[in-house]
Amino acid sequence: MTEDRTSFEDRLRAAQTRVAGKQPAEQQPDSEDKSILALAARAGSEMLGGLIAGVLIGWGLDRWFHYRALFLVVFALLGGCAGILNVWRLVKPPGTDERES
Amino acid sequence: MASGSSIDVLGQFELHPVLGGLGEAVRLSQSPVYMVIACALVLAFLFYGMKPAAVVPGRLQAAAEICYEFVRNLAVDTIGPEGTTFFPFIFALFFFILAGNYLGLIPHSFTFTSHIAVTFALAIMVFVISIIVSLKVQGFKFFAHFMPAGAPVALAPLLVPIEILSFLSRPVSLSIRLFANMVAGHVMFDIFASFVIMLAGLGFIGDVLAVGPIVINIALIGLELLVGVLQAYVFAILTCIYLREAVAH
Repeated sequence: MTEDRTSFEDRLRAAQTRVAGKQPAEQQPDSEDKSILALAARAGSEMLGGLIAGVLIGWGLDRWFHYRALFLVVFALLGGCAGILNVWRLVKPPGTDERES
Repeated sequence: MASGSSIDVLGQFELHPVLGGLGEAVRLSQSPVYMVIACALVLAFLFYGMKPAAVVPGRLQAAAEICYEFVRNLAVDTIGPEGTTFFPFIFALFFFILAGNYLGLIPHSFTFTSHIAVTFALAIMVFVISIIVSLKVQGFKFFAHFMPAGAPVALAPLLVPIEILSFLSRPVSLSIRLFANMVAGHVMFDIFASFVIMLAGLGFIGDVLAVGPIVINIALIGLELLVGVLQAYVFAILTCIYLREAVAH
């Protein structure tokens, strides 16, 4: 009976903090990845996405400024870096957050 | 799909005018038709599910409530209290993609999520909304995110472009993921189905061997059911993550 009462009060407090607009402190920055499958489905395309974005932007700038392939080369490299950065952001252990984004 | 002995796996993604002369006149293809069907199905499911509005829900109502609560928890847990603001958007996005993925699994139907034009339009919508929300909530502090805190200033010419590209890669990876998964799944269906037809031409031994691709296709249906819901979930949760970053101060 007492346990029921404490659990109810815990829940009440949790509900009150929620309504007050304050999240309980135990929320982790990376708690979004509940499903490991969702994580696995993301990793490859995050890397590819960076590279493709870089290649597209480089190609577009080349067309715009009539350079041969300067921007394409530079932005493909930067895009690859961005892709690796995306994957690192995805898989990094919690607590190594360099910034609060 | 397999005409003669050649395998035409990409023919299933071609758009054709539907509904005869009227469709031809207004350039109506399968894609918007299936989008309308998907929306109608989701709306009908919610409408008829919630029509009884019983305190003790029946099966359909319970299903509708579970769907509602699933997406709501997803939005509120990921974004925080502001998640309620974006919940309708995320709900619509999740069920539109889910219905599109699952409609495509019905034989002779069309998967509108297998077109990069559709998935990129959805992704760019999410991207633009997250930028608008960022600018509204954070103002010009939003642009400070492109320089990692604590990094040496000398590295800024290298780091800032990488950060910007990493940011710009979001809609690309979001759209390519959904599009590629759908295309890959349906191409695999088509390839294994054409194996059956090719093997059937070999006589008795072919008939026996053709059981293999059929079994694989049955297993693939199960896999595609998983991929369909998983991709819709990933799309929805990434929308939540981007919006959470947007509303974070």
